Formats: sequence, structure tokens, C-alpha cells
Amino acid sequence: MKLPRSSKMATSLAAATFAFIASSASAEPVKDDQLIVNGEEEIATEAPAPPHLDGAVGDTIYSGWLFRDTETRAMQKDDFDNPMFLFVDAGIEAWNTREGTAEKSCADCHNEIEDSMKGLRAELPKVTPEGELWSLENYVNDCRTNRMGAEPWGWNSQEMKNMTAAIGVQSRGMPVAVEIDGDAAPFWEKGKDMYYTRYGQLEMSCANCHEDNFGNYIRSDHLSQGQINGFPLYRLKDQGAVSTHQRFVGCVRDTRGVPFEAGSQEFRELELYVASRGLGLLVETPAVRH
Amino acid sequence: MQRIFLLTFVVAGIGAAAMAEIAPDQVLWAEDGSIQESLTDTPGNPDEGEVIMATNALGNCVACHAVEAMPDVPFQGNIAPQLDGVADRWTEAELRGIVVDAKRIFPESFMPGMYKVGPFIRPGVAYTAKPPEMPEDIKPILSAQQVEDVVAYLMTLSE
Ligand code: HEC
Ligand code: HEC
Repeated sequence: MKLPRSSKMATSLAAATFAFIASSASAEPVKDDQLIVNGEEEIATEAPAPPHLDGAVGDTIYSGWLFRDTETRAMQKDDFDNPMFLFVDAGIEAWNTREGTAEKSCADCHNEIEDSMKGLRAELPKVTPEGELWSLENYVNDCRTNRMGAEPWGWNSQEMKNMTAAIGVQSRGMPVAVEIDGDAAPFWEKGKDMYYTRYGQLEMSCANCHEDNFGNYIRSDHLSQGQINGFPLYRLKDQGAVSTHQRFVGCVRDTRGVPFEAGSQEFRELELYVASRGLGLLVETPAVRH
Repeated sequence: MQRIFLLTFVVAGIGAAAMAEIAPDQVLWAEDGSIQESLTDTPGNPDEGEVIMATNALGNCVACHAVEAMPDVPFQGNIAPQLDGVADRWTEAELRGIVVDAKRIFPESFMPGMYKVGPFIRPGVAYTAKPPEMPEDIKPILSAQQVEDVVAYLMTLSE
């Protein structure tokens, strides 16, 4: 347990405010652990902060892995201990399964998932030639409906999480590389606005928790920078896989707010912006959190 | 004519019932973000206030603030200033203002208004993620009496 023992507050407001600022600047990700997956693949869990953040989080961006406890971190170090790999396996099975009126599988068009899907997760969401902002889930459902003649999967359905995990892990260890200029810029700007909007009765923005206070504790919750380089991930508390938008829904609900829908235009814009706050961090999909 | 008379009567009736309590939108703010007048007729109970501050479903002040005077409360947050000694730093009226809506004194504060019902951006009904069907569905986080209880407890925190 971590009880702050910051010096007794001085009597003036100035001193109290100063102490508050000082304590919030002391981010405390773990310093003495390294993410080495399966004893061989070393994944850096911090990176220089991207220039567009303009120093808002200091010099360094950190993976959420560094803010979790020892046991949770350990589970992500070994694919046998990482419960997400059951879902990755199911995703790979679905990849090879023919479905829909076209009686085609993903593999029929894309061949080996290891080759064709490598690097994709790191670039998403991105703008399509038609000018729409698409997340990985959109691409999956586009193939299902338009090329396989199959039903689309629900954004947060188990099938979708299996597939996004199976595709995502093919980019594990590659740096997040979303495009934020050009066609993407207007979406990115909207996502940025959302990130700083104070939602709900508690009037809290993403930035209040994940920019101003990462490293601090809200009750027993150790606040991370709210990075999404590990999604979809396994959440021990939910005993299941959690998608990026599902996490956003939870965080907005926790402000006593009304979240946008998973898969909505708004959350895809927010996803692009949050992904860009992790530019340079390595993809960790599928991560483990508690 | 008769109808107007009836209406007046009903409104007066509500007024009488509400006398004991100042509604969130009726709070009398001083220029400096303090509130002189108690929100209720009943003096705050500091023991109740302590429970409210430490209870997740109520004030949950310890989510952000540590209070050394509550050594038995585990997992106190370190987002916000430690509250020991606040009674030396602030008057009762200022503390009432901070608890009701801290943004009056600290404009960009992270601290939620505990006796505030809007305006908010996309407010939900508590943690249901559901929008209110009518404005009254957004209830203040603490009741008027709970605010007074919390203020009474804060007033015990002098060093
Ligand atoms: C009231 C505080 C609070 C607010 C506001 C908030 N979050 Fe969170 N968020 C948390 C907590 C607590 C966790 C779990 C611990 C952690 O990773 O920080 C979390 C976790 C996350 C994670 C998972 C990180 C990981 O590595 O597992 C993401 C992503 C995230 N938040 C994004 C957001 C976004 C985007 C917003 C705004 C829409 C937001 N949060 C608003 C408290 C908050
Ligand atoms: C989500 C975080 C959060 C919660 C919950 C919260 N506060 Fe605060 N509080 C703050 C912050 C941050 C400040 C510092 C002022 C500022 O915003 O700059 C503060 C300031 C204060 C102060 C002035 C402290 C000083 O030393 O000058 C008092 C008193 C206070 N809060 C009481 C409470 C009480 C009582 C509750 C619960 C009923 C509560 N707070 C809940 C974040 C919070």
C-alpha cells in the first residue's frame, strides 16, 4: 500500500498548491523491471514523448504495463501465462475458417496472418481512400460483410476481440506509427478536443487523470498514461478481453457521464488521438492488466 | 382566478417544505467562492462527516486526499492536498464553498462539485452511463445535510 507522506502542508494556500503540483509531477512507473516476452523478445516500455505533446507529460511516455503490480506484469511476460492467448488462438482459427455466402476465409484472401497483418495494428486507426476514419474493427467487418457475405461482428463481441488480438499480436514490438497529418488531421483535432473535455457530473477529462496525474493514486488505482498500445488486453477484474473503446466507455462512465458508443465516430477519433499520444511506444497487444 | 389561487398555494407549500434546506441552485455564493449560510437548519455532525468522506459511494474524498487523522482508512489517494490542518487554512464558509463546488475557489480544479447539479457535459445518472430522463434525475453527489456534516468534520482538522 502506498500512503503519501508528502510533507505536512504549510499554512498558506500558495504552499499547499505548490506541494500539490510537486507531488503530481512525480510519476512513478516501475523502474526495475523489463518486459521480455517468452524470455527472448525484449519490448521497450517507454519512449521519448512525441513532439505534438509539447511536454505535457514530460519527456517520456510510458506503457501502462509499468504501472501494474508484479504479478500482472509477469503474466504479460509469458504467452503461456497470458490469458489473451486463448483468444488469439480462437482468432487464428476464425482466420482460417470459411464463412458467409462467399464461403471464404480471411486466409483465402490474405494468406498467412503472420505476413499479411504484420504492422497493421501499429498504423490504426487511419483514413480510408474514401475519407473515413477506420479502426481495426471496421476493416474486419468490411471484409466480413463485403467480401465474405457474412454477418458483421459486434464491436465488443468475443469474436471481434479474438480477431483483433490475433491481428494485433502480429505487430507486437513494432512502434506505434499512426498518421496524424493530412487527411487524418481533422479527426485528430476532434479527438484531441475530446481528450481535454470534462465529461459527466464529476467534470473530468482524460487529461485530468492520465496527463496531470499519471503515477498518482486515486484510492488504490495507480493511474497510468492511459496508453492503448496493448489493446485488446486481458483485464483480470473482468476476467476477459477488453477493447480500446470498451475502456473508453468505462472511463467516461466513471466520470458519471454518458459515454459515446463503442465504434462511434467520436470514439474512433479519440482512439486516433490517444494512439498518437503513444507514438513511438511499441505495440504490446495482447497486454494484461488488473 | 381560482386556478391562480390554487397554484400560489401549492408553490407556497413547497416553499415551506424546502425551508429547511437550500437547493443546489439556490446557494448564496459570496464573491470569493465561500458560502456563509448553512445549507440546512441542523448543525453538521462531524462523526457522520468522517464516514461520508471515507465512503466510496458517498463523498469518497479519500480517493484523492489523504487524511492522517483517519489512520484506519486504507488506500488514501495522493491526487490532492492532504487535508490535515485545513481548518487552519480556511474558514467554515470557505470550506463549505470548496465542498459544494470547488471550482468557485480553484477555477480549473480536478475536485468534483459535491452539491452541484449542472451544467455538465453529457451527465449520466450516477454511474449507470444513462442520460437523465429529466433534469431532476441528476442528483447532487451529497445531500445538503451531508455537506454540512463534512464541513463540520473538516472544521475539526486543525493542528
Ligand atoms: C477519474 C479518472 C479517470 C478519467 C477521467 C479517465 N480515466 Fe482512463 N483510467 C482510469 C483508471 C483508474 C484506469 C486504470 C489504471 C490505469 O491504467 O491508469 C484507467 C485506464 C485507462 C486505459 C487503460 C490503460 C492500460 O494500459 O491498460 C486507457 C486506454 C484509458 N484509461 C483511457 C482514458 C481516456 C481516453 C479517457 C477519457 C475519455 C479516460 N481514460 C478518462 C481513470 C480515469
Ligand atoms: C477527484 C479528486 C478530488 C476529490 C474526490 C475531492 N477533492 Fe478536494 N481537492 C482536490 C484538489 C485537486 C484540490 C486542490 C485545489 C485545486 O484544485 O487546485 C482539492 C482541495 C480541497 C480542499 C482545500 C485543501 C487545502 O489544503 O487547501 C479541501 C478542504 C477539500 N479539497 C475537501 C474535499 C472533500 C471534503 C472532499 C469530499 C467530499 C473532496 N475534497 C474530494 C481534489 C479532490
